[in-house]
Amino acid sequence: MTAQSRPRTSRIRFERVQEQPRWLMFVSPIILIGAALLVGALLLSLTGANPWFVYQRMAQAAFGDRYGWSDTTIKATPLILAGLGVSIAFRMRLWNIGAEGQLYIGAFCATGVALHLFSPETPAWLMLTAMAIAGFLGGAFWGFIPGVLKAKLNVNEIITTLMLNYVAIFWNNYFIYGPWSERGFGLTPQFPRNAWLPRFTDFGAAVPSFRGLTMHAGIFLALIVALILWVVWRRTKWGFEVSIIGDNPQAARYAGVNLARKIMIVMALSGGLAGLAGMAEVSGVVHRLQERFSPGYGFTAIIVAWLAKLNPLALIVVAYLFAGLLVGGDVIQPAGIAQLLQGVILFVVVGGEMMLRYRIRIERS
Amino acid sequence: MELALLVNLLAAGVRSGTPILFATIGEIFSERAGVLNLGVEGMMLMGAMTAYGVAYGTGNPWLGVLAAMGIGGLLALLHAFVTVTLRADQVVSGLALTFLGTGLSAVLGAPLVEIRSAPRLPNFRIPFLADIPVLGPIFFDHNVVVYIGFLLIPLAWFYIYRTRPGLELRALGEYPAAADTLGINVIRQRYFYVILGGALAGLAGASLSLAITPLWVEGMTAGAGWIAVGLVIFAGWDPVRGAMGAYLFGAIRRLPLDAQNLTFFLKNPTLGYFMNMLPYLFTIIVLVISSREAMRRRAGAPAALGVPYVREERGA
Amino acid sequence: MSDSYALEMRQITKRFPGTLANDRVDFTAREGEIHALLGENGAGKSTLMNVLTGLYHPDEGEIYINGRRFRFNSPGDAIAAGVGMVHQHFMLVPNQTVAENVILGLRDVPFRLNGRRIEENVQAISEQYGLPIDPRAKIWQLSVGEQQRVEIIKVLYRGAQILILDEPTAVLTPQETQGFFATLDEMRRQGKTIIFISHKLDEVLSIADRITVLRHGANVATVDAAGMTKPELASLMVGRPVLFHIDKPECKPGEPRLLLDGISALDNKGLTALNRLSLTVRSGEIVGVAGVAGNGQRELAEVICGLRATTGGVIDIGQNNVADAPPIVVINAGVAYVPEDRGAVGTAPNLSVAENMALKAYRKPPIGSGLFMDRRLMREQAAELIKRFDISTPGPLTPVRKLSGGNLQKVILAREISSNPRVIIAAYPTRGLDIGATENVRNILVDERSNGTAILLISEDLDEIFALSDRIAVLYEGEVAGVVPGEQADRDAVGLMMAGETPEAETAPAVTTPHTEAAPS
Repeated sequence: MTAQSRPRTSRIRFERVQEQPRWLMFVSPIILIGAALLVGALLLSLTGANPWFVYQRMAQAAFGDRYGWSDTTIKATPLILAGLGVSIAFRMRLWNIGAEGQLYIGAFCATGVALHLFSPETPAWLMLTAMAIAGFLGGAFWGFIPGVLKAKLNVNEIITTLMLNYVAIFWNNYFIYGPWSERGFGLTPQFPRNAWLPRFTDFGAAVPSFRGLTMHAGIFLALIVALILWVVWRRTKWGFEVSIIGDNPQAARYAGVNLARKIMIVMALSGGLAGLAGMAEVSGVVHRLQERFSPGYGFTAIIVAWLAKLNPLALIVVAYLFAGLLVGGDVIQPAGIAQLLQGVILFVVVGGEMMLRYRIRIERS
Repeated sequence: MELALLVNLLAAGVRSGTPILFATIGEIFSERAGVLNLGVEGMMLMGAMTAYGVAYGTGNPWLGVLAAMGIGGLLALLHAFVTVTLRADQVVSGLALTFLGTGLSAVLGAPLVEIRSAPRLPNFRIPFLADIPVLGPIFFDHNVVVYIGFLLIPLAWFYIYRTRPGLELRALGEYPAAADTLGINVIRQRYFYVILGGALAGLAGASLSLAITPLWVEGMTAGAGWIAVGLVIFAGWDPVRGAMGAYLFGAIRRLPLDAQNLTFFLKNPTLGYFMNMLPYLFTIIVLVISSREAMRRRAGAPAALGVPYVREERGA
Repeated sequence: MSDSYALEMRQITKRFPGTLANDRVDFTAREGEIHALLGENGAGKSTLMNVLTGLYHPDEGEIYINGRRFRFNSPGDAIAAGVGMVHQHFMLVPNQTVAENVILGLRDVPFRLNGRRIEENVQAISEQYGLPIDPRAKIWQLSVGEQQRVEIIKVLYRGAQILILDEPTAVLTPQETQGFFATLDEMRRQGKTIIFISHKLDEVLSIADRITVLRHGANVATVDAAGMTKPELASLMVGRPVLFHIDKPECKPGEPRLLLDGISALDNKGLTALNRLSLTVRSGEIVGVAGVAGNGQRELAEVICGLRATTGGVIDIGQNNVADAPPIVVINAGVAYVPEDRGAVGTAPNLSVAENMALKAYRKPPIGSGLFMDRRLMREQAAELIKRFDISTPGPLTPVRKLSGGNLQKVILAREISSNPRVIIAAYPTRGLDIGATENVRNILVDERSNGTAILLISEDLDEIFALSDRIAVLYEGEVAGVVPGEQADRDAVGLMMAGETPEAETAPAVTTPHTEAAPS
């Protein structure tokens, strides 16, 4: 290896910047989402679409008027609830990818209460409370299974939560095509009115501007849960323990935290909130259980939680943004653009965030 | 009669296990090098879509296969850049890749859904061998991709356990710092194996859309990529065990289709929904069993799996 | 000894963001010479050697080997130029065989591996240098000493003329060290250049031909070993005179606080790590645990703290048997634990100094009350502890990953000691700390002892064990090979026990067996 004869080569190196300026923390999400939209535009133009036109139409549909905002709120509701759910698990570095399935099971349990367990004459408050509890417990159970497997047998939760998504969807399909089906179609009969979450339009007589707004009370539930979690992370011992485990499970064990129990509880809570999202969706929007009632809320929730850096309040904002993306995606052909943009945004933000921590240096040797 | 049914099922298992096999072996390479890639599902979908489109456009299915491997490798390159060079979280990057692949294949592949006439990869009945009773139809009367799968298994095994680069690959995922001090270029080799894994995932997609279920619809992999990720754990990062798992799962996935003809099922059509759950439930059960085994033998994942390699970094 | 240098490093400068790790360092070594490289942690020894092995690219400076200039772009280049390094943390792949590890990364090995040929080659080298090893054994099955042999064989197999040995004796017993020095002598006779990194001054003086001392990244002296004394070297390293003495008031042991009786446990591989071990620590005394690494030290600490299951025996910490009780029971019983691995076990790296200091205290008043915790009080208490323990950190909200090793250790000590423990388990409390921080930590432990705390000190540093302990328990293969009173302890006797040999009566008069020293009740 005679070095003298070696041709001079230059290499590109990525160096970590030691201290990140504080303003960058706030500006970087905006830069990155802008960059993601640019990349998305590039990919869209590959399909022959005019990206500017696409974005404009999407934004118009989602945030153009109060009907748009209502539609966006409808989609933000399950995203916030399920997003809060997965963020609980993510805080502990448990990768609950199963929010979609937990959401389906929550919807299934709520449906069972509404159609089969309680009589249609049950007062609305009791009916809705029972449905919410059933939805939460259903989702919690679906999250608890991978939690137990992880805590007791160290089974990789990424795979188990994912597989349970498929199982949940087939479980639902069995019921909506089988025992609970309405005339063999992939749906159940409509819920009695007492099982509907109140919608804004229901108060149209009193508040005229509410007329036609189909957004429902679920959003308040979502906001309350976000607030509670915000307090939990900032003020409680429980939240502190979760953050220790999330940073270093070994240190948590050393500090006397019962890891196995916490894993199971966190996974159950995580699933429970996704289940609540499912309940809110069937009770507030579709008013029945039907095939594919969720356009992948459980998956989008993962992106939402991650982009919000697991902060419950930031999560509300991000959830609205992505809900807008879904609403906008509905008015755009071909289908899948929303999902494509979600993927691009997540990718660009994840990669870009690291990129901002580096400076690129070209080195001659 | 019953035997014929079983032979049929096993043959179908080998056939529909082939895409899972490619994806599993690809992921084994990637994880052996220390990089977890959860984007298999997305890479497979892009592979399937690309293969179908290119085969239709050029009239040559083999060009479709090549393009699929290229696109799989390209997506994996993205993952490698984000996780190996930028050292971002491998789980999140892999998830993003799956989202991206799923969405992009749906968007770009929308016009292809209507097309049912793309050229397929040929079937090939191996003379004499195919006539062996039982074994013949199970193993030797298939599409060519199935035979490519047969070849890949021993090749991958030999490469990992019996060659110089295979030895380096095994060190890469276990103790990259050791490999580095011995002059092995950890970064470059990780890139290589992640891309190789992506190319194999692309091949998996191509084999699906050009041979096993020859058509393109969005989301056609139906979780096969995820099953492959689970199988890698079951396989203990060994390609031969991975192959057995893939074929087993192929058979389980075929069960609801092949069992439909049984009179028992004709009477209970809704049972099909539970049969559909089987591959996913099975993945979980298999994981539970292999996790227990791994805990007992302490022969788990490559020690450095999921950990970015950093040489030149020190706290002040 | 010829005057032509086998190795010349000229004006080597290496910067890291925020630090100047090497500042125009000159370093030379001759053929057939053992050249010791001395310096405190952070003095730049490892950086300089990483430059020499091609792991780091120097920002400035030149490297000549046998008068020819080299530029190393990768470790592969350095290996090809005949430079080999045995790292302090062995660079061996645990689930591969000795032979596989030896040939790993070699370019001239055929594509298809020929297992038998490689094993024969490895066997040949191991015989040539008197380094016996089974080429087919897996690394994880080997003892630490054997692993070191594999590392040396690995370097020799690559035809290295310049060998760098980073703290090679840290893992050896005094007796093994003698054998190891014989190997070094043999290599020196065969004309190899050996660079020996150490902080054990006695060893350096006994084996090295020349010594280079680094301080704050710069070469402060290169001297002939003959004629140098230990205090001279130490003051070169630290930049001020050093006292090799700790003021320790007389030991007044009180009631037994930690009683281990017949404790057995398995290690991570499922092999016996502790074998019916019995030991007592009383109030107001420091019991030092000496032993070669891997003889059950880690498992001993973990078993006491509830972090590892036992397979038999009783642990009494002033109440009932707490063997196999969850860690929280042990913590509540007043046992503080300074773990071996500060970063991986003792702290949560991304949490703040304040949070790490409250890692155990958050449960109880005043910080914890009911479901909630008072984060402001937590910060205030942290600020006090930072002052009391003289921790240098930008503030209580700084993530601990930004702290130096010494300050990180002080965070752990502050947390553990502020809980007013009855018992402290301190595992390798000064490992990797510089001389100043080491003195600091040792004084903290001695103060705690004076306050009546029972301290179990696990250390690989015999000097530390001898300096601090009131009694010394020697651990060998998971058993207490003997217990010696601190003052009368004889180094050779302890060394023999560490190697598993029973010392003869006249060389070690003070040895008692663990059973006769059972605590007075």
